[in-house]
Amino acid sequence: MSGGDFVRRDRAWHPPAFTPQYKTSVLRSPRRALLSLEQSVGEKTGPVFTPDRLDPLDNDLLANFQTGGSPIGERIILHGRVLDEFARPVPNTLIEIWQANAAGRYRHVNDGYLAPLDPHFGGCGRALTDGEGRYHFRTVKPGPYPWRNNGSDWRAAHIHVSVFGEAFAQRLVTQLYFEGDPLIPLCPIVNTIPDPLAIDLLIARLDMGEMVPFDCLAYRFDVVLRGRRSTWFENRPEGN
Amino acid sequence: MPVDYLKETPSQTAGPYVHIGALPSVAGLPVRTQEQLHVVAGAASAGERIRLEGIVLDGSGAPVKDAVLEIWQADGTGRYNAPGFFGWGRAAADFKTGEWFFETVKPGATPWRDGRMQAPHISVLIFARGINIHLHTRAYFSDEAEANAADPVLRAIEQRHRVDTLIAERGARGGQIVYRFEIRLQDDAQETVFFDM
Ligand SMILES: [Fe+3]
Repeated sequence: MSGGDFVRRDRAWHPPAFTPQYKTSVLRSPRRALLSLEQSVGEKTGPVFTPDRLDPLDNDLLANFQTGGSPIGERIILHGRVLDEFARPVPNTLIEIWQANAAGRYRHVNDGYLAPLDPHFGGCGRALTDGEGRYHFRTVKPGPYPWRNNGSDWRAAHIHVSVFGEAFAQRLVTQLYFEGDPLIPLCPIVNTIPDPLAIDLLIARLDMGEMVPFDCLAYRFDVVLRGRRSTWFENRPEGN
Repeated sequence: MPVDYLKETPSQTAGPYVHIGALPSVAGLPVRTQEQLHVVAGAASAGERIRLEGIVLDGSGAPVKDAVLEIWQADGTGRYNAPGFFGWGRAAADFKTGEWFFETVKPGATPWRDGRMQAPHISVLIFARGINIHLHTRAYFSDEAEANAADPVLRAIEQRHRVDTLIAERGARGGQIVYRFEIRLQDDAQETVFFDM
């Protein structure tokens, strides 16, 4: 074990479990307080994903459905860094994404939205961050889609993002949105997050510096995971 | 003003289509490399082979059929990241029944912060539509009564009847050891204990 505990999670910053405007949360939210758990070896370690677990096209959603054709939609590079709360890069960590196609339809057995599937788009990607915590994907910008919540609510266009970090305590699943989308303030799932400053962290920014001329626009999205404290004077019996 | 740090990226629900990214073949996509993520134990893994199975129930007692679970555990000798044992797995609830399972090994005891031993356990995370930030619990083992009684985490549970919500029940089926672990997201009496770590 190297390093100390992970900084406590600010539960007031994350969405609470019970958010009645997002109806599904009503029966899926615990009523009891969470039990505070001091971190031991199982919380301070985590799976180590190596490049051999990935396929070469895993981070290229324009090509990884492997039909030979190109998906319809706005071609984008999605890139950024995974950092911790102390702004240290998180290298070699697995980041997974999934998304609807440009029409807002998911390639999923349970999605029945009337918008068409794209024969050339799967919507699934993954990548490992490099030594500086950087990652990149190539994909299409997803469309918004309707869902059964408050009548027909509409999801702001979004990409689901899952990140592991170096330890179980850092696990995070979230969604990114796109700068300028007028549906963001109307989306009940976005609005499960109480603080507008926190919502702002989920908005991917147009990045003209990284666009590929005559090919792709670029969006930047950085992810911040819990930071690991220094060990100053504490006893760490599990480590020595 | 206290010192400023970056803020953690806020969580959002994994949603109903989590399988596309997490377990593509469950969503109906082609199988890709390393897809059998519910099989945690390999040929070289130390420990007793077990099946950990269960169901996630909502506040009305209905199965959560879109849940995805992740586990993290030590090998049979109590080592995390042990050679020959990845220790991490992911499984989806069945869309019709809500049942999920892992093929793994029973972990050994692992140390607590002060050097005391923790009872063998598997850490479990739950993701689903309607869960805004993943829930974290632990599966302990019904045949470890003595170790469970001394476990520092189980001992921290003030409402003693709730300790039972963290104990997976040992049984056997078709020559295989099966532990059953039912997770109640919301319940007046037997809501599963979830952790903030
Ligand atoms: Fe979605």
